[in-house]
Amino acid sequence: MPTNPEDLNRDEQQACLQQLLDKLAKDRYAIAPQPMPAQDPIKRRRTMTEVALGYTETQARLEALRCLQCANAPCMEGCPVRIRIRDFIAEIARGEYGAALAIIKENSLLPAVCGRVCPQEVQCQERCTVGKKFKDVNMSVSIGRLERYVADLAQGGGQTPAVAPPTGKKVAVVGSGPGGIVVAADTRRAGHDVTLFEAFHKPGGVMIYGIPEFRLPKAIAQQEIDVLKKMGVKIVCNFIVGRTRTIEQLMKEDGFEAVYIGVGAGLPKFMGIEGEHLVGVYSANEYLTRANLMRAYEFGKGSDTPITVSKNVAVVGGGNVAMDAARMAVRLGAENVYLVYRRSEAEMPARVEEVHHAKEEGVIFCTLQNPKRILGNADGHVVGMECLRYELGEPDESGRRRPVAIKGSEFVMDVDTVIVAIGNKANPLIQQTTPGLEFNQWGNIVVDENCRTSLKGVYAGGDIVLGAATVILAMGQGRIAAQAINADLAPPT
Amino acid sequence: MLYQITNKKQLSENVFQMDVVAPLVAQARKAGQFVIVSPDAETGERIPLTIAGADPEKGTIRLIFQRVGKTTALMAEIPEGGTLGYVAGPLGRPTHIETFGTVVCVGGGIGVAPLLPIATAMKEAGNKVISILGARSKELLILEEEFTALSDQIVIVTDDGSYGRKALVTEPLKEICAGAPKPDLAVAIGPTIMMKFCCEVTREYAVPTQVSLNTIMVDGTGMCGGCRVEVGGQTKFVCVDGPEFDGHQVNFDLMMRRMNAFKDLEKRALEQYYKEHKCKIGLDRK
Repeated sequence: MPTNPEDLNRDEQQACLQQLLDKLAKDRYAIAPQPMPAQDPIKRRRTMTEVALGYTETQARLEALRCLQCANAPCMEGCPVRIRIRDFIAEIARGEYGAALAIIKENSLLPAVCGRVCPQEVQCQERCTVGKKFKDVNMSVSIGRLERYVADLAQGGGQTPAVAPPTGKKVAVVGSGPGGIVVAADTRRAGHDVTLFEAFHKPGGVMIYGIPEFRLPKAIAQQEIDVLKKMGVKIVCNFIVGRTRTIEQLMKEDGFEAVYIGVGAGLPKFMGIEGEHLVGVYSANEYLTRANLMRAYEFGKGSDTPITVSKNVAVVGGGNVAMDAARMAVRLGAENVYLVYRRSEAEMPARVEEVHHAKEEGVIFCTLQNPKRILGNADGHVVGMECLRYELGEPDESGRRRPVAIKGSEFVMDVDTVIVAIGNKANPLIQQTTPGLEFNQWGNIVVDENCRTSLKGVYAGGDIVLGAATVILAMGQGRIAAQAINADLAPPT
Repeated sequence: MLYQITNKKQLSENVFQMDVVAPLVAQARKAGQFVIVSPDAETGERIPLTIAGADPEKGTIRLIFQRVGKTTALMAEIPEGGTLGYVAGPLGRPTHIETFGTVVCVGGGIGVAPLLPIATAMKEAGNKVISILGARSKELLILEEEFTALSDQIVIVTDDGSYGRKALVTEPLKEICAGAPKPDLAVAIGPTIMMKFCCEVTREYAVPTQVSLNTIMVDGTGMCGGCRVEVGGQTKFVCVDGPEFDGHQVNFDLMMRRMNAFKDLEKRALEQYYKEHKCKIGLDRK
């Protein structure tokens, strides 16, 4: 074996490196997965501050060294926005954090957010060779935590993206959630005059009203909004597109040549069972909006928005929103919080980390159970929830085993609050006010592969198109839509 | 300045009227629609208020509200020239206006305010408008002049007989429904209990009845579902499906309970507020 690399041509050098890496791989497997430092579970039951504290530098580099640097980088295939994961991890291993962040930012505008809220275990980390080797996705390289690490390092010091000279064209972005932020940034970069419209009094969408502070600090979403402002994006709150101005008015009277609709999902689903109108029954949307955006946990001490003071809470559902609501109920002082889910824990759509954190905080998991009706007293307040026990039958169309009710298994759960977290339907507001825009039978906007709708100059993405999406999918669509907008607004060549 | 109060009047002990700068809302609003307002953009609660009128040229909307909790108490405190935290709207589906024939408009208490733009629009559409306005006592009656000007016929009732007829609004409503020809449509806006009894009267005479509901809301755009009511056995959201519904289909009993969802907390907040601001607010309280 030649010892001097300078004697080798490039291909030979690569082969040599690969041999060394293969030898190293065994040692890489020996590095233990780095646990995420977290606040003490008992203490954090009463505080809104972030639970996961983030890696230390040593941890980040050790975790990065666990990456095998696979030639085919299967992790990238699992990422909805195709971040060059292998390459940014290599930079972290070398200690080049700025370079790592730059690689992520080629594809994702919100790494501090995605590092925290992406369901990595069903995306990039599911494909990770290390996880496959151990036949355990929890052994995969913690890509999300590494992404968060480099994003947090740059906090506030991130560069404001350069903006091209003015094109004189106006773009309206409807909804200031993750998708809207991406569209606003990408179209502004191209030199367009961009206005971001938000119905609430604060921008940020689901990152502000939905995802709690203890999982995604508001300051992180605020930073992204601040970057937009620095770039010259105009932000208009308290503006309900469809009602304050219609899309047609924005285009015909106000001079907008492109409109992106990223209004999110909208209407919370209820179960359609007896007792859902009782006092003490909330949609998770309402419960979380009161607690997050309106800061109801400070009721009487700086916030005027009330929320039920509960003793025993049942949260119905098994997704991330259900976990958020359950953990919020813990923090709002409930003594017992039950998470009621009709399938088993294996089928829960929530991120593994959220399930883990919820359990640590004392949320009681009641799987294979589902409410039949909610019981109330004479004043119409919730006093209990009658449930049925379930077992798993044959797989259904989603591939998950269908839960089947066990006859005669009724029992009553002693609760005073019920939070329904079983998903959303499409918001009808745009449909009610935008003639000519095509919707599917569920009320979602129909788009082509470039996020163009049936109306010229109108684009859409995120939950209002996909039904139930994630932050990263909304961002991915935002990026596609922005490319289409920039292409459509470009002067003919 | 956006959300500035350009004109403010106290209509009765606890009822206030203000014109607020919100040019886009003033331009877009139609009868029956509402706005979400908050006295303070940082700490305030979001509440729905029906738009009582608008001046698109001045860019102002008219809000009329009753001081019941801390949020409305805070709003009552803001002087002319001051500003609200924010105003968002117009929200909800506009009232369906057409030439029905004879429309009887029933307003009780503060409900008279949201009734005004609807009655006006009904009149402008060529309907014969009969108005029934009710209040607990003479001092609490609002907008009598405006309704007198627009109505073909007007009946005033008070609970204590201090003005007009001593009766509940349901009494003249029943007489009018029993008359010939009977009205083609009734519109009833007021306390939930009043709307419930109005609907019982009109159901008896098969007079179609619109009610406008003002339930608890957070966002006002369909997202929270806090405003849900049962209409015809189905769950409807007041903010996006309403605020107006076929009164004969509304489950008022369920709605009344939900309206009290935060009663204890609200009471505590108001008491605390009065304790802390006693010296200021005592001046206009009896």
